[in-house]
Amino acid sequence: MAAPRPHRSEEAVALVGIAKAFPGVVANKDVDFSARWGEVHALLGENGAGKTTLMSILAGLYRPDAGQILIDGEAVTFHAPGEAIRHGVGMVYQHYRLVASQTVAENLLLGLPGVPFRLNAGRFIREARELSERYQLQIDPSRPVWQLSVGEQQRVEILKTLQRGATILILDEPTAVLTPQESEDLMRTLRQIAAEGRTVILISHKLEEVRGVADRVSVLRGGSMVSAGLPIGALSARDLARLMVGEDVPSLRQEEQVARAGGTRLLLQDVCARDTRDLPALTDVSLEIAVGEILGVAGVAGNGQRELAQVVTGLRRLTAGQISLDGRDISHASARTMVRLGVAHIPEDRLGEGLIGNLPLTDNAVLKSYDRPPLSFGPLLQVQRVVGFTRTLIERFGIRGARPDSLTRLLSGGQLQRLLLAREMALNPKVIVAVHPTRGLDVAATQQVQEWLVESAREKLASVLLISEDLDEVLQLSDRIAVLYEGRIVGCMPARGADRGQIGLMMAGAANVAAGVS
Amino acid sequence: MALSVRFERRATTPLGLRVIVLSLAVVLGAFAGGLLVQASGYSALTAFSAILEGSFGGTYPISQTLAAAIPLATIALGTAVAFRVQLWNIGGEGQFYMGAFGATAVELIGGPAGWPAIVLLPAMMVGGFVAGAGWALLPGWLRAWHGVNEIITTLMLNYVAVLWVNYLVYGPWKDPAGRNFPFSPRFPDSATFSRFGEGQLHVGIWVPVVAAIVLVLVLARTRWGYELRVVGENAEAARYAGINVRSTMLTAMLVSGGMAGLAGMVQVAGIIHLLNGQLSTNYGYTAIIVAWLARLHPLAVLVVSVLFGALVNGGFAVSQVGIPQALGGVLQGMILFFVLGIGDLFTRYRLRIVSLPSTVTAAAARGTST
Amino acid sequence: MTGDLVIAICLAAIASGTSILLPALGEAITERSGVQNLGVEGMMLMGALFGYIVDIQTHNIVLAFVAAMVAAMALALIHAFLSITLRANQIVSGLAVTLFGSGLTAFIGKPFVGAQAPVVLSRVAIPGLSQIPVLGQILFTQDPIVYVSFILVPLVWYFIYRTRPGLNLRAIGENPATADAMGVGVASRRYLYTLVGGALAGLGGAYLSLGYTPTWVEGMTAGRGWIAVGLVVFGTWDPLRVMAGAYLFGFVDGFQLRVQGLGSTIPSFFLNMLPYLFAVVVVSLSSGERLQRRLGIPRALGLPYWREERM
Repeated sequence: MAAPRPHRSEEAVALVGIAKAFPGVVANKDVDFSARWGEVHALLGENGAGKTTLMSILAGLYRPDAGQILIDGEAVTFHAPGEAIRHGVGMVYQHYRLVASQTVAENLLLGLPGVPFRLNAGRFIREARELSERYQLQIDPSRPVWQLSVGEQQRVEILKTLQRGATILILDEPTAVLTPQESEDLMRTLRQIAAEGRTVILISHKLEEVRGVADRVSVLRGGSMVSAGLPIGALSARDLARLMVGEDVPSLRQEEQVARAGGTRLLLQDVCARDTRDLPALTDVSLEIAVGEILGVAGVAGNGQRELAQVVTGLRRLTAGQISLDGRDISHASARTMVRLGVAHIPEDRLGEGLIGNLPLTDNAVLKSYDRPPLSFGPLLQVQRVVGFTRTLIERFGIRGARPDSLTRLLSGGQLQRLLLAREMALNPKVIVAVHPTRGLDVAATQQVQEWLVESAREKLASVLLISEDLDEVLQLSDRIAVLYEGRIVGCMPARGADRGQIGLMMAGAANVAAGVS
Repeated sequence: MALSVRFERRATTPLGLRVIVLSLAVVLGAFAGGLLVQASGYSALTAFSAILEGSFGGTYPISQTLAAAIPLATIALGTAVAFRVQLWNIGGEGQFYMGAFGATAVELIGGPAGWPAIVLLPAMMVGGFVAGAGWALLPGWLRAWHGVNEIITTLMLNYVAVLWVNYLVYGPWKDPAGRNFPFSPRFPDSATFSRFGEGQLHVGIWVPVVAAIVLVLVLARTRWGYELRVVGENAEAARYAGINVRSTMLTAMLVSGGMAGLAGMVQVAGIIHLLNGQLSTNYGYTAIIVAWLARLHPLAVLVVSVLFGALVNGGFAVSQVGIPQALGGVLQGMILFFVLGIGDLFTRYRLRIVSLPSTVTAAAARGTST
Repeated sequence: MTGDLVIAICLAAIASGTSILLPALGEAITERSGVQNLGVEGMMLMGALFGYIVDIQTHNIVLAFVAAMVAAMALALIHAFLSITLRANQIVSGLAVTLFGSGLTAFIGKPFVGAQAPVVLSRVAIPGLSQIPVLGQILFTQDPIVYVSFILVPLVWYFIYRTRPGLNLRAIGENPATADAMGVGVASRRYLYTLVGGALAGLGGAYLSLGYTPTWVEGMTAGRGWIAVGLVVFGTWDPLRVMAGAYLFGFVDGFQLRVQGLGSTIPSFFLNMLPYLFAVVVVSLSSGERLQRRLGIPRALGLPYWREERM
């Protein structure tokens, strides 16, 4: 293991004028960033602020469109992660790169230069154990990775990076998957790594965590650096929250609010659910949406949003609690029953879940209604009507340039979302579950989608559950706002007069600071 | 500025291009096969004229070609259904044998009882379909409910099916009057398809033709066909729409096995007229290739089966002029290699010459200096 | 049953099993790297024919086995090119290899059908060891290829589990993206191990035509290549378990031949079903994700690998 070499520059990393765009999205615009040797530097920002992209550029995974990378004062260009590692930059991604059937020691050896042909298991296990003990990353090197908890797997990733001689260690949202105790242990390890003179860059959106461990903080918002390298001591949680979510934006919709037209439509009582990894994802979630009301759920992605949408649409089993629609218990209804009861769903992953790219528009337009009259008769599909139905949707929702037989994946992002909304609105839904409905859309499409949602609520009296990580959108469209953090509703308030800063604090888990809001 | 040649994924593949590519692959395959023939000391010209003559040159050759295409087409239609939902049923061979077994079981009841052909043949078809579907039930269920790799289970069950049929024809079903040959008793006329003219072509030709048309309609115009499409393209979206993905997969597998079983019935009732242990010359495996070359389209399956039937038959024809019969198999393999090689490349990708933006070039230049 | 009969059956079991063991071992290595090659049957036939032809031409049995491996590797190379470089469907490509191999060998081999191979493998008793009662007779009065397989199996096991290239091999088959990110190139290694699989299939094929039944007949492998593919699953990609499976299969094969010789035909069909049914049960039981990981089943098997292209 390489010891930190003597430094030429006080700054371990300097990024100058970094820009990076992906098709349709600008991830980073003219970003300057620097971190010193021996510090824990937090990179704070909401989801989609461009944190991971910026650090992936530093780690050699992406190449910047413009800008320069300096490591210890020397300008470098990386074509592959391997080159970044040779310059001492190692990154622990949110998706671990481990071979599940191999042991911890074997994972540490994979691709490591200088490993002899014959593997001396005893020696490598001993070395791995020494390394793990040195950084208090407790792990049994002889266990296969598939037996490890997520937290343990993360330790293997960190050890892997250190073993490859990383002097600049980047961690992407490391505590998102950890228990509080594991998080605490990790923070102690990070401090120790920094104390050896290495640099730790911690990507996070959790204010308390950042305040607890970092020396300095840089904040990204919407792809731009809003403040770089502020000493953490001078900042309160409230300051950080404001930097992260921005200044107050005037609400467009609150003046137009109509009185709530009727009683409760959708009711969730103490709902619990587990995620795909069988870990608790929702805990005692209780929500109530009235007829014609828009309830916005704010929160950083990964705090149970996906699972919340799934339980309401019948795609995920409840482990406890109850859901009712107009007084009828629908806790265990199937996805198909939910559709028939009038629950529309605009999923997060448009082309992966909501639409089928390789099929024509017709097949996508009827996805929710193909199985009953008028579009089918017994086992038969009424093909003429399917085409007619599709044509009506195209015309009514202005999906320009599309024909019923066009391939769906050839549509633009905005067209795709229009098609999806058109289909869901055609169900005359009582409830609309909309997850990140405007993510990645251009201005015109965003506005259109938002107008349709508001119109459904105001005129058709649909109840809308709007789940979005875009706080502006939630504030603009909602009648009431609930904040979801780590699977719990940590606050619920009317949108009128809601304090942006407080919501920001709650989203970032500083609920104690925001106490008294609910 | 720098130029770079790269392959890009095509957004769509025009049908015309697919036809051209398949034809090109056939031509190149034939050319490569011709080189092989020439190199082995035979005349390529003689070989190819014999193939054409022997497979399409007159009513008898055409009859033989079509007869050879019947089992291929029938199995491949079913294989295509399974492939449409991403199920790799390579158990066509075993399901074919089980279908022949099921049909024979019905024949053993109905034949001696004197059922007329109008009753017995449809009953045998049902028996064949059910037995074939039954043979696909276990792999289908294991896959849909427990995620068990269907390639291996269907493949292994092929051997079990062949052994089972062999057990029957060596044991309990052996024809007592058959001088100890491992055959079942010959079917009565009421259990066989009548022939057209001198060749082996029989009424059973209508089975794949009708099945293909029915399948086209079912795929395009029924709820089940729609569900197959959605599950095959995007199981996640199917679940989102409330489609029962597991039962859709299972039914696809059952239809797939059933079609192979039906093919087994058609083969014993149309060509062999009894049950034995050598019903198939790898029809089940060749049908996979047929289905794949036809891009899983039922009508295209019919066309490709005739091509492969012609190669099987052409092999027989070249053996008449002193060239080994196996040339047919060589050509099948060659064509397939060319379709896999050039076909996929040009139908899925397009060649494009692009100029790299100058920043990237500059960055690359810098990169080499560090 | 007398002791002599048991010894005879076991001798036959090892000889019959070896003809499946070698290709299965090769396929296990290939599949460990993430490439599924259903062309084993075709590659074995190539090995059987070309080994046999070179044996006739040169009367040099070592050269014959080398030629067999090279011929089978040529087919493996086609599969590698189609499935690794062009990322074609591996199932279809493997089937094409089998189809082509069967056709080509039948075509080229036509003039040779039925002749006896001039120089064939003969049994060599190993001094000392073969004197051990029963076991020595079974294990150490075999032909050289059997001894080669005795050495090869533990060697391959050691290679897979105890060496650096073995570690890389397991990684590219299970998680190619991770291996690639760690600097272990995927494509070149997949080529290499697909060729190794071809070489062993060729060896197994030549073992048939120069040892087990020393002659050439069209399609003489009679499904042994397919059985080898199934044995890999049965043996959960582990050389030692593959060996056990191959001998079990050989034993059933030998047993059935003997039992038939004693006059009873019927049970042999059911006995012969056992290995296949056993494979179905094993695959079904090993489908749970945890178990798959415990057994080290290559999870990227059959999937082409694309490097993440977001640069």
